[in-house]
Amino acid sequence: MKQRVTIDGNEAAAHVAYKTNEVIAIYPITPSSAMGESADAWSAANEKNIWGMRPLVREMQSEGGAAGVVHGSLQTGSLTTTFTASQGLLLMIPNMFKIAGELTSTVFHIAARTIATHGLSIFGDHSDVMAARSTGWAMLFANSVQEVMDFALISQASTLEARVPFLHVFDGFRTSHEVMKITKLSDEEITEMMDMELVRAHRARALTPDRPVVRGTAQNPDVFFQSRERANSFYLKTPAIVEKIMERFAALTGRHYKLFEFTGHPDAERVVVMMGSGCETAEETVESLIKRGEKVGLLKVRLYRPFSVSHFIDSLPASTKAIAVLDRTKEPGSTGEPLYQDVVTSLSETAPFKRDVRVIGGRYGLSSKEFTPAMVKAVFDELKKPEPKNHFSIGIHDDITFTSIPFDQSFSTEPDDQVRAVFWGLGADGTVSANKNSIKIIGEETPNYAQGYFVYDSKKSGAMTVSHLRFGPRPIKSTYLIQRANFIAVHQFSFFSQYDVLDTALEGATLLINSPYEESEVWDHLPSAVQKVIIEKRLKVYAIDANGVARNSQLGNRINTIMQTCFFALSGVLPREEAVTRIKEFIRKSYGKRGEPVVRQNFAAVDAALAHLREITVPEAVTGSIEFSSKIPVDAPDFVRSVTAEMIAGRGDQLPVSAFPEDGTYPVGTTRWEKRNIAQEVPVWEPDLCIECGKCVLVCPHSTIRAKVCSANDLHDAPAGFKSMPAKWREFADKSYTIQVAVEDCTGCRLCVEVCPAKDKSNVSRKALNMQPQLPLRDSERVNWDYFLKLPDLHRNGLIAFNSVKNVQLLQPLFEFSGACAGCGETPYIKLLTQLFGDRAIIANATGCSSIYGGNLPTTPYTTNVDGRGPAWSNSLFEDNAEFGLGMRLALDHQRAYAQDLVNQLRNHIGESLANSLLNTDQSSNEGINIQRELVAALKVKISSLDKVEMRDLLSVADSLVEKSVWIVGGDGWAYDIGYGGLDHVLASGQNVNILVLDTEVYSNTGGQASKATPLGAVAKFATGGKPTAKKDLGMAAIRYGDVYIAQVAMGANDTHTIKIFLEAEAHPGPSLIIAYSQCIAHGIDMSRGMHQQKLAVDSGHWPLYHYNPRLAEENKNPFQLDSSDPKIALQDYIYTEGRYRMLKQSEPAVARFLLEQAQKAVSRRWQQYKQLAEPKLCNPATKGTP
Amino acid sequence: MNLTTNYLGMCLKNPIVASSSPLSHSVDSIRRLEDAGASAVVMYSLFEEQIGFDSYYIDYHLTQGIESYAESISYFPDMQSYNVGPDEYLNLIRRAKEAVAIPIIGSLNGASVGGWTDYATLIEDAGADALELNIYYLPANVELTGFEVETLYVEILSAVRQAVTIPVAVKLSPFFSSIANMANRFANHGADGLVLFNRFYQPDFDLEKLEVVPRLVLSNSNELRLPLRWVAILYGQLTADLAITSGIHTSHDVIKGLMAGAKVTMMASELLHNGVRRIGQVLNEVVTWLKEHEYESVTQMIGAMSQKHCAEPAAFERANYMKMLDSYRPLN
Repeated sequence: MKQRVTIDGNEAAAHVAYKTNEVIAIYPITPSSAMGESADAWSAANEKNIWGMRPLVREMQSEGGAAGVVHGSLQTGSLTTTFTASQGLLLMIPNMFKIAGELTSTVFHIAARTIATHGLSIFGDHSDVMAARSTGWAMLFANSVQEVMDFALISQASTLEARVPFLHVFDGFRTSHEVMKITKLSDEEITEMMDMELVRAHRARALTPDRPVVRGTAQNPDVFFQSRERANSFYLKTPAIVEKIMERFAALTGRHYKLFEFTGHPDAERVVVMMGSGCETAEETVESLIKRGEKVGLLKVRLYRPFSVSHFIDSLPASTKAIAVLDRTKEPGSTGEPLYQDVVTSLSETAPFKRDVRVIGGRYGLSSKEFTPAMVKAVFDELKKPEPKNHFSIGIHDDITFTSIPFDQSFSTEPDDQVRAVFWGLGADGTVSANKNSIKIIGEETPNYAQGYFVYDSKKSGAMTVSHLRFGPRPIKSTYLIQRANFIAVHQFSFFSQYDVLDTALEGATLLINSPYEESEVWDHLPSAVQKVIIEKRLKVYAIDANGVARNSQLGNRINTIMQTCFFALSGVLPREEAVTRIKEFIRKSYGKRGEPVVRQNFAAVDAALAHLREITVPEAVTGSIEFSSKIPVDAPDFVRSVTAEMIAGRGDQLPVSAFPEDGTYPVGTTRWEKRNIAQEVPVWEPDLCIECGKCVLVCPHSTIRAKVCSANDLHDAPAGFKSMPAKWREFADKSYTIQVAVEDCTGCRLCVEVCPAKDKSNVSRKALNMQPQLPLRDSERVNWDYFLKLPDLHRNGLIAFNSVKNVQLLQPLFEFSGACAGCGETPYIKLLTQLFGDRAIIANATGCSSIYGGNLPTTPYTTNVDGRGPAWSNSLFEDNAEFGLGMRLALDHQRAYAQDLVNQLRNHIGESLANSLLNTDQSSNEGINIQRELVAALKVKISSLDKVEMRDLLSVADSLVEKSVWIVGGDGWAYDIGYGGLDHVLASGQNVNILVLDTEVYSNTGGQASKATPLGAVAKFATGGKPTAKKDLGMAAIRYGDVYIAQVAMGANDTHTIKIFLEAEAHPGPSLIIAYSQCIAHGIDMSRGMHQQKLAVDSGHWPLYHYNPRLAEENKNPFQLDSSDPKIALQDYIYTEGRYRMLKQSEPAVARFLLEQAQKAVSRRWQQYKQLAEPKLCNPATKGTP
Repeated sequence: MNLTTNYLGMCLKNPIVASSSPLSHSVDSIRRLEDAGASAVVMYSLFEEQIGFDSYYIDYHLTQGIESYAESISYFPDMQSYNVGPDEYLNLIRRAKEAVAIPIIGSLNGASVGGWTDYATLIEDAGADALELNIYYLPANVELTGFEVETLYVEILSAVRQAVTIPVAVKLSPFFSSIANMANRFANHGADGLVLFNRFYQPDFDLEKLEVVPRLVLSNSNELRLPLRWVAILYGQLTADLAITSGIHTSHDVIKGLMAGAKVTMMASELLHNGVRRIGQVLNEVVTWLKEHEYESVTQMIGAMSQKHCAEPAAFERANYMKMLDSYRPLN
């Protein structure tokens, strides 16, 4: 009996990889992380491979490390695998050459993803695997989730016989994350396909001292070449081996595959050649075009390497007249993309008649760009032309080099016997989770084929999701987003005025609305344009107040089960009663482990849903007057209005090539134009209680609460309702103080309210900040915010020192409204950095959360002050960030030295006084920086009129005479793991760079995998059983260098200390390292209590505050200063307030108890060591010993 | 010396029972209580809210922030299982029953009718020798009458009584308009025993932070007098056994309790403060006292100074209050 399962591509690959391997080395990278997570979870659950053993799963510090482990394990005779994508694959390439050179059997499973170029992309194309072409690995491409499972096994069986290692490739996201109903390979089938003699042969080739050999010699010109050619025969045999294995697989499972697989008209004249998930769409299109009488066909390339010319030629119909080769990658400067070149070469090497075939090549689908039947048809149409365009692109509009071919977007092949449902929801409302369950219910409980694909937001807070569900009686090949939906659900009413949610609605489609309005009021609250579409397309409209039902069921804003129930009721895929039964079964399956109360809560919501579902009567004419709300103000810059705004509106696909910068350089400060209005509640300031401490401003992760001091004159035209109070500064005795909230940018995280210390003496529940509903405040506070922005910012003129929380609040943040999670623990530190040094900062940002909320389009948060200055920001890679930042430092230093040299050379022209000032101004203070800027401005004026080469040179580097502050920013995954080697080298360099480690103690961006910063006893992915080893002490590892300023901070525990450390670190003339405790969703906390958690971390001794200042050693003082007091609470009183620890306590109490004991001992031991180091008499720990 | 006493139909080897406290959180600790001399152990309470809280807590954190951003579709591994239900508690009862010879009394703490009977049955199935119901309902609603509150209590008891066959004791609070009447109603609705009184952990104020904070204050001997009075008054009037659970710290406290009419006295604060070995010390002192005062058994003294048997029954009523006020002399 075949087992039918509804799973995604990653799980399909991981299933076979787990069953057929003994050692698995993993490292997280999107979109392949889930394969490692599955393997780790199965291993933790003691799941067995086909030999009845639990594979050893080991997380490494990088993909390079994982490849090393794989290489070593393979050489020692174990079947070994790994999973990766994109830059991760690039890091494996050196080992891949070795593994192939040594003819070692293995399969790497690749969720193919774009390589970062002008920008990073987490989405799918083949640029990563194409970069690995020269490694000598076989490449087998799977086009669908079923093929992923099948080809994982075919690869594994093939590599054992061929001895050529295999990349098993499938498209990132489109296949790795697409949920499909497939047939699962059983253990028996997998075992049957694995030739155990070959497994034993693999083991027999292992390195062993019992039969020692040497492998990995260094070779000279006399023999290397011949040795390299020695393996040729293995590559020559590989295609036949794969073909044979495919035949065996077909005999076993009934699923037939070929190395090159033609589908289409038997007398096809026009043929598309391609590989990957796009083949599914192309096949669907070919079938449709054949029915329309066209002689077209598709040649799917399965085994791309070794490329068998003979198999390729044999697969082409003799009738072929024209071929279009589609590559999902781009190789600038080449004579064509890789597959195109292979096809051209194959034809040219074959019999003459084949050479008559016209071949064109084109690019499609980069970074998961949609690839639709309309595009496939356009390619076939192009082949009809007497002079078809070669080296074309499809799916975009190239108005610069005119590579693109047009396509008719109205062309569709979506069948009539299929249900296609599109759900617009929020990440927070559980829409995607419910739809994943729905697909499983349909896939596993009905005879229907089913497919689910989910589109996520580029923001982590207030994120929108769009779910695409297809089901029907025939296999689904549509690997593109739904274009013609017969069911649309809008889970947030506000989407109607923000997005074209009905764009895909078919005539007569069903529209399900989550509406906060009464049945009779729903229609009137719809924008008139929406009403028009509903009437024109004759949509059937249903509504439910799902939030109200959820509230009554104590589900908060989780409306997922309610909307899911309505979907089933309306779609009719199952009889209502049966649907409810199935939904409840899946609720129990999904939530049962979490306890009966949660199950009962969801059951209640399901039962209540149907009772509240209402059909809405659609009038015959439009009655509303509500218009679409534009998110971009009219006074935004041109680029924002013409490009950014389109991206925000979801129309980025329509932007032409010319709209974009040619080198990935974008304007800063664009988040300010995207008013997202995602907060239900926002803080409201009460001046009568405020003590002007500035804590709220400091902790705000999104820079939405700000303070200014201004004169009475500044406020003379303040809008009614604009609040202010007398400033409580000695220096500003006659001025006013104001706090203003950007309610349209606020995420409603409540951190500010939680840290506010000022309470009403007669009603302690009222603070100087209190949360209130946003909607009633929106219009008035928009006016107030705009007014507030126009108030002058404080000049850094030395009147007050920016060394306290109270004073720092008056500095303009140059990092605002990022897409970070509500309550993010990282961003307050970055904001502080920009307040203190932003106008002269250059930031090298490691890939991770901070690069995503720092640089993910459409809008970015780094911005400028009134002078146009602000942080210059860039992201290179995950692994090289310290080096990237050091490069910036070296460049700046060299430019300054050159500028100084030129100033000296040109003294006579510049003037002695100005030259001397330019070279000697003390820039250690803000005032000094200001003076130097004025001097540089004077210099520019002076030399700009002089037409001399040296003058022009000096002009080009003059700005470097003003001291710049280089910041190297990243998370713990970078600093502790993948980037540690570089970080260590930069720390040892003595160069003046500032390193800020935003330590969330976990890989936050990729979804919570353990890093070496993860504490002992905490649960994380890849540490499901609780991390058994202690957190690496990064600070102490660096202290030996002696000249590095090192500090550990936690803003929530001691905010003044944090500011002091930032100032000292930046002032330190050598390397500085700040390790900043940053709360994260992956901690399992109430994010509004993040600062409280920081305090608990410090109070328990888990996170001691300290600093090591080399300058103190020069003064013959102990440079190591412990800045927090003895632990005040037991470790358990901190950690068991966090889900990451508590989950272990609740799942494995005995293990949790043991790890808690170990962790408490480790904390106590480290504290004692720190105390010893901090002893006044002890000299420099760098030279006198470390813990 | 015969120290045995009969409580809830169980013959206990002495009148000192370990009251519900953190000391029953592990088998080792329960074994230590037995070794120290406890004649029975009342388990720590299975809180109705805790089961809900754990369940919602896990659910909240497993769903917080998920399915929002393509790189971090989830943030936690989904563990094989979570001890969010009463499983851990029931396992502990099972293991405790295997580990010790003394009776194990389960304890349920809650405030609503729903769910109680299920958990009571599970506790019985796990092997508990008896069940103590700790009904803690704070009637903050100004519309709610005393009668309604009392009815709720009785309904809970009745539901549990019908669900299990093991003896059931009710741990009640002193905050009823008519304690004697309530005690009688409990007895008439199937309570095999009444435990006087529940100690409510009242919240405290942090005056620096202006916050309401929980604060645990252990009992002292002075707190004995309230249950002492009511046990003395109720002794002989009810079909249910009586037990005292507040303020038992010394041998004299135990003796007073028994004299008032309690079948057993329960200790917790004393053990938390001074260690479980205090049970043995107190027992030795009780034996000494009994010998010195020529008692032959504990049974002999139970209720000896109850209102029913007291030479001056009015001492337990208003007359005692009046006398005390009259006898008070302010310091000069």
